[in-house]
Amino acid sequence: MAAPILRWVGPGKRWALAWVDSSSSHRRVSPNGSASHRMREQRSVAQQSLHTAPKPRKGGHKWAAVVGLEVHAQISSNSKLFSGSQVSFAAPPNSLVSFFDASLPGTLPVLNRRCVEAAVMTGLALNCHINKKSLFDRKHYFYADLPAGYQITQQRLPIAVRGSLTYGVFVGNKRSHMATKTVRIKQIQLEQDSGKSLHDDLRSQTLIDLNRAGVGLLEMVLEPDLSCGEEAATVVRELQLILQALGTSKANMAEGQLRVDANISVHQPGEPLGIRTEVKNLNSIRFLARAIDHEIQRQISELESGGVILNETRSFDHRLGCTVPMRDKEGKQDYRFMPEPNLPPLVLYDTASLPVGVEPQQVINIDQIRDTLPELPRVTRERLVREYGMLPEHSFTLLNEVGLLQFFQSVMKETRAEPKKVTSWVLNVLLGYLKQHNLAVNESPITPSALAGLLDLLDSKAISSSAAKEVFEELWKGKAKTAAQIVSEKQLELMQDQEALEQLCQATMEGHPQVVTDMKTGNPKAINKLIGLVRKATLNRADPAVIKNILERLSA
Amino acid sequence: MWARAVWLAFRSGLGGCQAFSTKANFQGSGPITVEVIEHLERLALVDFGSREAVARLEKAIAFADRLRAVDTDGVEPMESVLEDRCLYLRSDKVAEGNCAEELLQNSHQVVEEYFVAPPGNISLPTLGEQERTLPTQLSSYSGKGVSCEHMKAQ
Repeated sequence: MAAPILRWVGPGKRWALAWVDSSSSHRRVSPNGSASHRMREQRSVAQQSLHTAPKPRKGGHKWAAVVGLEVHAQISSNSKLFSGSQVSFAAPPNSLVSFFDASLPGTLPVLNRRCVEAAVMTGLALNCHINKKSLFDRKHYFYADLPAGYQITQQRLPIAVRGSLTYGVFVGNKRSHMATKTVRIKQIQLEQDSGKSLHDDLRSQTLIDLNRAGVGLLEMVLEPDLSCGEEAATVVRELQLILQALGTSKANMAEGQLRVDANISVHQPGEPLGIRTEVKNLNSIRFLARAIDHEIQRQISELESGGVILNETRSFDHRLGCTVPMRDKEGKQDYRFMPEPNLPPLVLYDTASLPVGVEPQQVINIDQIRDTLPELPRVTRERLVREYGMLPEHSFTLLNEVGLLQFFQSVMKETRAEPKKVTSWVLNVLLGYLKQHNLAVNESPITPSALAGLLDLLDSKAISSSAAKEVFEELWKGKAKTAAQIVSEKQLELMQDQEALEQLCQATMEGHPQVVTDMKTGNPKAINKLIGLVRKATLNRADPAVIKNILERLSA
Repeated sequence: MWARAVWLAFRSGLGGCQAFSTKANFQGSGPITVEVIEHLERLALVDFGSREAVARLEKAIAFADRLRAVDTDGVEPMESVLEDRCLYLRSDKVAEGNCAEELLQNSHQVVEEYFVAPPGNISLPTLGEQERTLPTQLSSYSGKGVSCEHMKAQ
């Protein structure tokens, strides 16, 4: 049915202000003075390198924006976090619901091992400290899709804390240079997902489907180290790649497996942090960037015209391209956190502290999980740069496009051509065509084998690069011909006969003495004209570079 | 109907009261203000109703306050009576579900295998208003109002 619909009224999920709130929340005087100073420094550095930062408005006011993200990723597991019902995206309503998920009396939560492993893997991949003991809590609020009236989460002592994520931003307008930045991760916690509400405004009712209720979520709280939409988009994309590489979440935003809320405020550099707003209902990376940038502009405009920013929740209307307030009757939410009485603390071990005489199925060894982590995107990129000599920007593009890396590697396997050539053709030519026709990599009419064949011909100098482009165009039509077939059909092979080519050059030079004279005086246009004439004479079957050499030699 | 809801609220609500400091906390025993009552009613969707009920609440808090007489300096709080037990880890196999029909029987209003809830969330009318009625349409899974079954479960 419809994708998750935003909640108009009521609490929804808020930035929890309970517990002892230390340095990272907005609009609070940090108890640790040096932490906020550090944050200010980081932000002013961020301002310098961003070409997408909002331009300073008239009056010379310079605003610094502060963006904090909360990311919820659905854990990729067979069953739910605390019950044995299935996790699946499309299923008949309420068919994947156990008695516990429906919150029937007498049911108790039983923790899923796979979800704990997923949390530990993600924590390790994000350089977090894994808490060997973590606790579960209840977060209370009333909403129709939360049958128990509370959500089991890990607010006080989550499973992983104090991590970091490095990402790359393009510096300068030409996107030619990359700089790496870091965002700190405050914590990662396990929590339950809620069911889905479908609002039927016509009949003034809400339909509830509990299939999603109880599914395991990884909530990742990022410190407000970001300053614009592009940074946020890059961070979320990197997080997606990491989760997908680990296999802990499919992290598909369109299917609701990855949800991001943004907390945004603006302030003048040197002044305290401004009032923040929370923006929700962001279901694609593109909307995330746009919503954040729009909200920053809105806050700046509001403040510059003397208004105030309300601490409210807003949603992004992608058709209007702006954020709008969500109906918010409840004001600040009090979740009345309490320890989950039905779950003892979760204890994790490492190799040094493994308990004896306990069933292995009941023991989670952090060191063992660390040893079996798959290759992370950052490492993959470094490897690509090292093995194939490509620029870092290229490695980013290869990983960012879904399926492009596999395509590239398939081509590399089948072709003799140099990695640099392959990189160039895949990233510039193929990707260019795909973008122009709005196709995904897996919809490409050109297969890796076809491209490999083309590159082989180019590499063996059987065709010129301009001929190669023609062949590519023909291959794009997808008529199941190989590059070699197209070359022979269209007679695009390069002339292999050196002597015949020399004779043609000689003949052309004799036929255009004036141009030859011009050429000898060093006029670059003249030689190009001659090259063009020779090419025409060869029916485009000669490499311009070779022609040039011959002409230069003959005229010497 | 109010009174019964209030008694049941005390029996099960007391546990949560002393657990953690929230903004609505009140140190020591003193009269509880109208703002606090309103806040609690909104949070827990209970209806304190009479002055008698509020007085009972104050007595209950005073009773619990005697815990403060215990010196807990340097003592780690006990999070759970189960703290010495191992948290059992279940293997990731599908073993439940597929009982939509059974579950839907619990709801008196159903539309095509969906539970039906009132639109949006339910906020209590403010204390000033004269007419205060508990919502008449209660579907068990709407999270709305307070029904006895819910109180027993928690």
